[in-house]
Amino acid sequence: MTAIELGLPTIGGLEGVPTTDEKQTAKDYKSDQEVRWCPGCGDYIILNAVQSFMPELGLKRENVVFVSGIGCSSRFPYYMNTYGVHSIHGRAPAIATGLATARPDLSVWVVTGDGDALSIGGNHLIHMLRRNVNLKVLLFNNRIYGLTKGQYSPTSEVGKVTKSTPMGSLDHPFNPISLAIGAEATFVARAMDSDRKGVTEVLRAAAQHRGTAVVEIYQNCPIFNDGAFDVLKEPGERDRRIIPLTHGEPIRFGAEGEYGVIRDPRTGTFSVRKVDEVGEDALVVHDATLEDPSYAFALSRLGGQDLEHTVTGVFRQVQRPTYDDLAREQVSAAKEAKSADLDALLRGKDTWTVIAD
Amino acid sequence: MSVSTPGRETEIRKLDRVVIRFAGDSGDGMQLTGDRFTSEAAAFGNDLATLPNFPAEIRAPAGTLPGVSSFQLHFADYDILTPGDRPDVLVAMNPAALKANIADLPPGGILIVNTDEFSKRALSKVGYGSDPLEDGSLEEFQVHKVAMATLTRAALEPTGLSKKDAERSKNMFALGLLSWMYHRPTEGTERFLREKFAKQPDIAEANVLAFRTGWNYGETTEAFAVTYEVAPAKLNAGTYRQITGNTALAYGIVAAGQRSELPVFLGTYPITPASDILHELSKHKNFGVTTFQAEDEIAAVGAALGASYGGALGVTTTSGPGVALKSETIGLAVMTELPLLVVAVQRGGPSTGLPTKTEQADLLQAMFGRNGEAPLPVIAPSTPADCFAAALEAAKIALTYRTPVMLLSDGYIANGSEPWLIPTTADLPDLRVEFASEPNAPDGSGEFWPYVRDPETLARPWAVPGTKGLEHRIGGLEKADGKGNISYDPDNHDKMVRLRQAKIDGVVVPDIEVEDPSGSADVLVLGWGSTYGPIGAACRRVRRQGMKIAHAHLRHLNPFPGNLGEVLRGYRKVVVPEMNLGQLALLLRAKYLVDVISRTKVSGLPYKAEELQDVFIEIVQGVQA
Repeated sequence: MTAIELGLPTIGGLEGVPTTDEKQTAKDYKSDQEVRWCPGCGDYIILNAVQSFMPELGLKRENVVFVSGIGCSSRFPYYMNTYGVHSIHGRAPAIATGLATARPDLSVWVVTGDGDALSIGGNHLIHMLRRNVNLKVLLFNNRIYGLTKGQYSPTSEVGKVTKSTPMGSLDHPFNPISLAIGAEATFVARAMDSDRKGVTEVLRAAAQHRGTAVVEIYQNCPIFNDGAFDVLKEPGERDRRIIPLTHGEPIRFGAEGEYGVIRDPRTGTFSVRKVDEVGEDALVVHDATLEDPSYAFALSRLGGQDLEHTVTGVFRQVQRPTYDDLAREQVSAAKEAKSADLDALLRGKDTWTVIAD
Repeated sequence: MSVSTPGRETEIRKLDRVVIRFAGDSGDGMQLTGDRFTSEAAAFGNDLATLPNFPAEIRAPAGTLPGVSSFQLHFADYDILTPGDRPDVLVAMNPAALKANIADLPPGGILIVNTDEFSKRALSKVGYGSDPLEDGSLEEFQVHKVAMATLTRAALEPTGLSKKDAERSKNMFALGLLSWMYHRPTEGTERFLREKFAKQPDIAEANVLAFRTGWNYGETTEAFAVTYEVAPAKLNAGTYRQITGNTALAYGIVAAGQRSELPVFLGTYPITPASDILHELSKHKNFGVTTFQAEDEIAAVGAALGASYGGALGVTTTSGPGVALKSETIGLAVMTELPLLVVAVQRGGPSTGLPTKTEQADLLQAMFGRNGEAPLPVIAPSTPADCFAAALEAAKIALTYRTPVMLLSDGYIANGSEPWLIPTTADLPDLRVEFASEPNAPDGSGEFWPYVRDPETLARPWAVPGTKGLEHRIGGLEKADGKGNISYDPDNHDKMVRLRQAKIDGVVVPDIEVEDPSGSADVLVLGWGSTYGPIGAACRRVRRQGMKIAHAHLRHLNPFPGNLGEVLRGYRKVVVPEMNLGQLALLLRAKYLVDVISRTKVSGLPYKAEELQDVFIEIVQGVQA
């Protein structure tokens, strides 16, 4: 069967969005608003990366919309010289779903944080993912509530001491990648704010994906959770902790490529081993296109809340019809099948006529 | 009026109006039966009004009081306003239906009972110590005992249907019998049954056969000495159809899309009693209607607002508990000044309350149920058919003023039906609006300022994504007047709060009209929404008794009509009946300092004309004394 027979999207994520021949630069995407994040905030790096990346897509700027919820990261749309909605806490996926369904000619981006997306907006997030609406989601994860000045978040590690948890937090955190894959998201990726190249690479792949693309970005909050990801940035630690993914390549990392990921044939779970102990042939070859989400889910479990390891890159990229394409197809099919005769609708089947005396 | 026709076995009595109530188990098909009789009455040209009444449970245990479902129908040869206070005829399919409804049947009323269900066990299930059909307790009624199930089964024996399937058609037997009693046309019902069961022709024929058996039973047995005729009503000339409030509301939304030339985006979540609007709209995608069944009420309104931002007519439909969940997003719509139609079909509250019963207790929620100063227009239809025009008007206000609008229907008119003089498309209002297309900065900078206002309506421009040069950002944070950037300036906030209020206060609504045939009444009854019928009928009764009374009915709850204060002050007494604890009365007292008399009812059932008549007479006589 072909992709068309299966009803799979055969078009890219930006199909239908008008492009321009005018040359664009990062500056074109900077709004006139003063950026007001705290000095040293990871959000600056992400904003710059996005502003630098957008021209590459060659889209008409007026057909790009950033939609956000509430939180530090959600100020993002104000700084983009595109259309933008800074909505309410947790609801950006819902608002963006309506917008994307109504307007196939827009490139719609959701900017959200760990509290916004995974706490108050958790329900909308998973339903957006199962529907596979053609949206791109930038999930800034700083593992803390910043805007409300420092309470633990649903991604904070257990035992986190914050203003609201002086004796340590009790609840087990979400792994956002596991959650997204559990909801059968069709595109799931992770990048670090400090890795501009990595961020740009996953954004590029996300933009071209037709469907919901979730990109989790680890982002440092210098005020309330400074250094949360330092172990992933320190030269001595970085290489042995970060596991970068490349589709079609064996999963291998370390300063000298000395580590690799193998699969336990009994449980299907993955673990990290030294390559010279298990042999190169034992390494898992990354395949982001596997339909069954179990593989990507198992990969996402390699990184725990202690950040002993963190997998980055594109975990999963599969094709599934998008809700918005299908919804528009139904409307088109209905229009083709039946004309819009309002008088006929209002009359209905059973009428009677009263004649004037 | 009674005329006997000599030479015929049955006397035909002419009546001007009849109220019939079909009552049975929720699995007995009483809603369908009532609906069909309504269609027959409509096809015959009677005026009519209906009141379905059913349990919230889909199938409460069979034969129990909570499982009773009923359908009341009032049809007449003149224009009527309500489904009737009490039935003239009660059809009871089982002991539970009898017990739950008999108190409403006036002495001398006709009671038709399906005797097959009156077993000892069924009787004791609902607390009957003895069989009411035998113990004389029904003496004051004209009782007709009919073994409907047995007769239906016997008639259907040749079809080869199982006993159980055959018995299922007994509601059509009842319909056939009543159709004979009231000389109703039958072709429509037979055609309907064949269409409804087109995929099961044997079931279709069984139902048609049961229907005819009921009819023939009336004609051939001597049990029914009298039949009745209700002549067609003298309604205004034109073409009519029967319509429920929810259907009319859905059609109003479709029409609003057509007349505004905008795609309609309905974001909604199933909730009683509003779900039928979703069901109806989902059938009309050919009109450019997208229906989105969201994961919850919040996402439903969020998606609708997102679609509005994109240039669609965003609509969300719900009931009171859903409005509570949507409040924050409605506030965002107030702040972002985008068009949004919020339909709230009220039901009994608070909390889950009485999902299938009616109430008007969400007026204050509609007015004030948001954080901050978040005004929005509120409109309430008065009858089932009026839901069409009300939806169009609500959409027009939303589009013109770029604001969320609350349309407050309720369970009574949502499920009730009446004849509707079908409008033609050409007569419907023009709802077209223009999107912003050019920079508009008053300082000549060539910029686009999203919060520059139209001097007349105070509406801001609707600049949809995809429009070059108008890129802008909106959101829930306070906006700088004009430029629309985030502003924490105290004076600006003060100004913006007042501007948003002034915009809603300035929504143009027509003056309220007073119905007072005498022209000199001392007492005014002021109602709103679905109490229109019972109040109107009660006022007619009061006047028939030689007393003067005026009636005015509010469609616009926010802003109020400009002449309302003057009208209120023009009467010695103003009485405000509501199905809540006095919410409109509170608003009127606060705004006009008029000492209105609040009369309230919160039983989950609509007002009866009779009970309002008593209230009104007492007040009118009090004023005269």
